[in-house]
Amino acid sequence: MKKVVIVLLVLLSALHQDFWWWDSIDPLVMGFLPVGLAYHAGISLAAAFVWYLATVYCWPRELEVSDAEAATPRQQRGEL
Amino acid sequence: MTAMWIIIGYLIVLLALGFASNRVFRGTSLDFFLASRGVGPFMLLMSLFGTTMTAFAMVGSSGEASQRGIGVYGLMASSSGIIHALCFFLVGMKLWSLGKRYGYLTQIEFFRDRFESEGLGLLLFPVLVLMLVPYLISGVLGLGACISGVTQGAFPDTFPTTNGAVPAWISEGIIVGVVLVYVFIGGVRGTMWVNLFQNILFMTLGIVTMFVIADRLGGWSGATQMVRENRPSLLKRTFDPVDQPKIEAAHHRYEVRLEKWKENKAGPKPKAPVKPGIGQLEFLTYLLIPFSVATFPHLFQYYLTAKSAKSFKLSVVGHPICILLTWLPCVVLGVWATSAVLDGKPVLPPDADPNKVLAMAVKNLTGPILGGFMAASVLATNSLDAQFLVLGNMFTNDIVAHYLGKDRFTDRQLLTLGRLFVVGIVIVTYVISLSEPRGVFKLGTWCFAGFASLAPLTLAALYWKRATKLGAFASVLAAGGVWFWMFRDSNYGEAESYLPWGMHPVAIVVASSTLALILVSLVTRPPSAATVSKFIGPRPSLGVHSVPLRTLAGGMSGAR
Repeated sequence: MKKVVIVLLVLLSALHQDFWWWDSIDPLVMGFLPVGLAYHAGISLAAAFVWYLATVYCWPRELEVSDAEAATPRQQRGEL
Repeated sequence: MTAMWIIIGYLIVLLALGFASNRVFRGTSLDFFLASRGVGPFMLLMSLFGTTMTAFAMVGSSGEASQRGIGVYGLMASSSGIIHALCFFLVGMKLWSLGKRYGYLTQIEFFRDRFESEGLGLLLFPVLVLMLVPYLISGVLGLGACISGVTQGAFPDTFPTTNGAVPAWISEGIIVGVVLVYVFIGGVRGTMWVNLFQNILFMTLGIVTMFVIADRLGGWSGATQMVRENRPSLLKRTFDPVDQPKIEAAHHRYEVRLEKWKENKAGPKPKAPVKPGIGQLEFLTYLLIPFSVATFPHLFQYYLTAKSAKSFKLSVVGHPICILLTWLPCVVLGVWATSAVLDGKPVLPPDADPNKVLAMAVKNLTGPILGGFMAASVLATNSLDAQFLVLGNMFTNDIVAHYLGKDRFTDRQLLTLGRLFVVGIVIVTYVISLSEPRGVFKLGTWCFAGFASLAPLTLAALYWKRATKLGAFASVLAAGGVWFWMFRDSNYGEAESYLPWGMHPVAIVVASSTLALILVSLVTRPPSAATVSKFIGPRPSLGVHSVPLRTLAGGMSGAR
């Protein structure tokens, strides 16, 4: 699944380039949004979805640091 | 006057939030700079989002859309939704993890340790400060101008020379004074509480304003239809020949204004009209600009405030949605305003200043109350507080504490030093802004490219075992050298559209810094095994964590 998420992110970046709607106004989505703008609003929503998948399937659990593992305040001040 | 009272109310709320945050302040330098590393998911999202959205999001996006069209959203907003979240995921979380484990307070502490180099810290400190200061000054100037604009005609007897508006030296003084108070007493927690309030204000207001204006223009479809008939180029990303006569007329008016300006050079130099449309290569290379989020010092500081790695989840997912909610109304309003006609009169005068498009549209199409809130929300879209704070943090920890020795100071003294540095930076910024260095606006936009050019170094520091100290030096120097060469080539930011080979200059600067980093790293001695293990993995065991930092640092010196 991790690979799928990476592929989706690459795909999202490619879809962002969107050369197919470059010269189009129509169709007007919901009667007022030019297709080029509506498409990119969709890209924002798709980004949120793909990043949600990343937090579910690619979450780097090893980065979690417990308070016990953290530098102590004295260490942070260079007192040790 | 209504708008002025709303702004006064807004500033009072900011002060109240600063005082409220002080009630939970723990009185330590760690709490002042990093909120004791205890910030939860929602506050982290609001802080990261609020800090990445400068005044450019509200004012600049509408103004830019009124000139270049709806493509501005894809150019700057949807790209940021993808890349900012990527930076939070790959950079923010890992920096937080290393910061908590090894006690980092600043970006430079991290780079010094990662590249086993005091010199790199000395090189990076002025680079980061010099790139941040223009950004800071342009924020103060912009906000001062906003207050002066809103109070136009309010005090004709007191300020006759400024048409009754509060003069810039007072409005800028008020802004930096309010920010100073809540940063001084609340520290980073104060800035985060203020950020939360500001985000709610400008997100709500953008959406409400779009509904009100659509209604005033005869409905959503009607507003777009006006643009289709008048300026069709603004509804797509290519130039429509229908707009050619309008562009030619605008150029003619510009040349007349320019000739007049050359006679006495009074006021700002007129700006050439911008031809709508966006090139495909410019659109593609602009994707690199949001990588600046990986290296902004004030964002680095916010990354370190998180309570846990899980706190980043909401920021990663929610950031693209927050951008959508803020940018979409602003871009739509900017495009609608260009063609809006009310009672037979155009809402915007010909050749309207892009930075005033949103204010004029709101003022002419809504009432004074919404206009006042809009002005307050423009004031809200700044990251001055975070920038003041991080500079105070850097001077305290990277210079004073690092070179004089942290053990010379008690924590109370470090906290006092941090506060004094914040006061000093605020005063210096205010004094510089009094000289009205308008050129910093142009420099400010170039600073984004500068910060983005350091992103490869940050990524390599976190993920590339072979990245070396000399590679890091080469990357910073190549980025600085190429950046300055291009800045000079663009006539110090004066060139209206500077796109070498059709690309945004950031592409060339980033390519240079990346190439220098890779090539020099590959031919120089790799970092010590201890450093690679500490920063990239495999993760050190608990036994290593318990080794005091100074012993660990001594060990690394020995390894060198």
